[in-house]
Amino acid sequence: MPEQIAIVVNGRHVAVWSGTSVAAAVILAGAHCRTSVSGAPRGPLCGMGICFECRVEIDGQRHQRSCQIVCSEGMQVRTSE
Amino acid sequence: MRNETYDVLIVGGGIVGAACAEECARHGLRTELIEKDMIGGDATAAAMGHIVVMDDSDAQFTLTRYSQQLWHELKPELPDDVEYEQCGTIWVAADEEEMEAVRRKHAYYSRRGVPVQILTTAALELLEPNLRKGLAGGLLVAEDGVLYPPCAARFLMERAQAKGATLRLGVPVLEMGHGRVRLADSTELSASTLVNAAGSMAPMLTPGIEIKKRKGHLVITDRYPGLVRHQLVELGYLKSAHSITADSVAFNVQPRRTGQALIGSSRQYGAEHKEVDREIVTRMLQRAQDYMPGLAQTSAIRVWTGFRAATPDKLPLIGAWPEDSTLYVATGHEGLGITTSLATARLVVDQILGRKPSIPAEPYLPSRTASLEHAHA
Amino acid sequence: MNSGQKKFDVLVVGGGPAGMAAAVSAAESGASVGIVDDNPQLGGQIWRGEVQNCESEASRWFERLCASNADQLCGMRIIDQPVLGLLRAEDRKGFCDLSYRKLVLANGARERFLPFPGWTLPNVMGAGALQALVKSGLPVQGKRVVVAGTGPLLLAVAAYLRKRGAEIVVICEQASRASLAKFGLSILSQTQKIAQALSLRKDLSGIRFVTNCWPVAAGGDGVLQSVIISHGNEVEKVACDYLACGFHLVPNTELAALVGCEVKDGYVVVDDFQQTSIPSVFCAGEPTGIGGVELSLIEGQIAGLAASGKNKPAERLFSPRTRLQKFATRLDRGFALRPELKKLALPETIICRCEDVTYGSLKKYTSWRAAKLQTRCGMGPCQGRVCGPATEFFFNWKPDSVRPPVFPTILENLAAMPCQPEQSHSGALRGPQ
Repeated sequence: MPEQIAIVVNGRHVAVWSGTSVAAAVILAGAHCRTSVSGAPRGPLCGMGICFECRVEIDGQRHQRSCQIVCSEGMQVRTSE
Repeated sequence: MRNETYDVLIVGGGIVGAACAEECARHGLRTELIEKDMIGGDATAAAMGHIVVMDDSDAQFTLTRYSQQLWHELKPELPDDVEYEQCGTIWVAADEEEMEAVRRKHAYYSRRGVPVQILTTAALELLEPNLRKGLAGGLLVAEDGVLYPPCAARFLMERAQAKGATLRLGVPVLEMGHGRVRLADSTELSASTLVNAAGSMAPMLTPGIEIKKRKGHLVITDRYPGLVRHQLVELGYLKSAHSITADSVAFNVQPRRTGQALIGSSRQYGAEHKEVDREIVTRMLQRAQDYMPGLAQTSAIRVWTGFRAATPDKLPLIGAWPEDSTLYVATGHEGLGITTSLATARLVVDQILGRKPSIPAEPYLPSRTASLEHAHA
Repeated sequence: MNSGQKKFDVLVVGGGPAGMAAAVSAAESGASVGIVDDNPQLGGQIWRGEVQNCESEASRWFERLCASNADQLCGMRIIDQPVLGLLRAEDRKGFCDLSYRKLVLANGARERFLPFPGWTLPNVMGAGALQALVKSGLPVQGKRVVVAGTGPLLLAVAAYLRKRGAEIVVICEQASRASLAKFGLSILSQTQKIAQALSLRKDLSGIRFVTNCWPVAAGGDGVLQSVIISHGNEVEKVACDYLACGFHLVPNTELAALVGCEVKDGYVVVDDFQQTSIPSVFCAGEPTGIGGVELSLIEGQIAGLAASGKNKPAERLFSPRTRLQKFATRLDRGFALRPELKKLALPETIICRCEDVTYGSLKKYTSWRAAKLQTRCGMGPCQGRVCGPATEFFFNWKPDSVRPPVFPTILENLAAMPCQPEQSHSGALRGPQ
């Protein structure tokens, strides 16, 4: 039975269904995962952990592939804006 | 099959060869550089790219200091992708014994006009907060820097070409000597001067050159701006570079302009294959984590290897080859090829033109090796 | 953090159809089996989220897997083979070493991305990628989606997204109608395919499907807002929220190359028993040739049986495999990439997304390695997995040799030598049957 959980994206609370990936949650929060080396916004490309465009910081750990990580209650996500 | 005549033919398109081509071309010598693969693709691509002074011996100091000054002069003309950063080096002392070495270095460099500063534990922690706490201190050499070697080599070659040098890529050299170079596609070229800048492959072209391959490993991390601010080297690096028989690792990490940390260093003799040696990498990374615990959780993107060209007395071979009046040798730079490439080129051209060099050339002359038999340990 | 060492008779890398079939076959043959996948759940990319869907083929294989005593290791990614017979897997806590007697590589394929202006905008992603994201919680209800690229995957993705409430504005297939017709005729011999085709046709009724058609540019202010597509002599601007765009699949051969298997023309070389050039290593599914789910299942079973010494049962699957392989060959031909796609990138179009290297700065190089050293293309965390296939298509560059780690990993995972594997990896399990 899916339930709603809350994570924090860039300081703001976001409610998502349990089982949602962090990448989906970031898009839902209206943010983009990553800023490219020349400053352009980027989002997930491959959806399977090989392109590295979905990298975000999760609970203080940088460069996490968000498309392969499921949201957990209270998770702190920071994108590079 | 073409027969062509040049003033100078340089074999080997690493940073040393490219620097020689630039120097030769700038002096109006009709120059061609021959490289079997790509410019800056071999040892140059595995170099850490530091531009450092070293005090292992007076001769080594003189050469590195002279070359570093040449890099400083060149710096304003370097394009962005050479990524020259004068980040400085900190020689890190773990204990009081190593602080003694710091003080000796300080005295040595100060007497010779190199700006250096002794760092206490507190000062070190301020400058490099991610090093482990409780280190004894260090020596800051502020005029040291880092750059990205493959682009530096390419830049030097492009300057050479702008001054009329030509580049021949893709065909290996089979023989060189006595004014002639023969390539694998049967092309024969001739020149009044030949330069063997073929790195660890130099002995294949000039039998009798005493070069041993010294394998090294590097690891580069993802971007963590501010993690490392200076090039950091442990004083034990000198022990590692000193040993001519044992495999060794030493803590050496550099900040790249991208914010990535480039981690070395390792030295192995007798390892001929370029595959990554897991045992060496684990030792090297354990050492790195030991000095900089924050590295442990960084994302390591790539590991690669390369071969330094090492001589028995740890000084490069720069100058005329005794048995061949047309042949000059510019190789054997071990871990200082990037630093000393510019000075090497100057010394080579000084000798070709019969000019007085800016530093004494004797310590680096290939003719010294006749007396080196006993130096093999 | 080192989570120690696990030992298996048969270790299967990859939890998609091939991997699950291999793990089930080996486990049911009596071998101790581990199956490892870097996603939170098994299923790979094509069966993402399917194992809990009771009506799916995926769930039937999953049930068999759960009924066996195979060890399921999800959320773990193989990063290296530190010593023969032992793979190091990282997870979010650290690493775990997995030792094996036999290894089955079933790590699938990834989409081929061909750069065009604007392709780096957020909400431009692969076709399978958008499907995967929707399966992991991204809502597309009411969103306008353009599906583009090539291959049957586009139709499957469009059908799925439509079921989830997306408005499929257009499906753009770069192959010509003639190529497709040839391909369509040739699948008439496969009843399973016809059934699939018919059911897809129902799912897609009313959706605009254009052949000879591909995206020329994506536009938007910080995020995708429209796509310009070209078909025949016309160019058309289409407003949309997502562009799901993929040009075929590229096999994931990196791990096979790392452990020393022969890779030829981009595929892992295997014999009839799916055995690679390394006797203890088998390979099944897309890395041996792109062939879709059915072929992956057959190859996975053959590999799992052969790895457990059950060669006779494996042989019984040889002729279904042959039939399915013929289909795979037609697939390749029917959807071959047209040369116009090489001209889509402009000088300022980014090719290497990790390092923002443009097409203009790459053109002059004659090899992947030279381009890499001089421009950093391919030196980023994707290790050339995205830009490599694109540059191979554009410039005919061949990839470099593979070095560890085969994926970026936390440095401390590379800083520990494993204990020697506690079993011989080259010993046979039992004689052939």
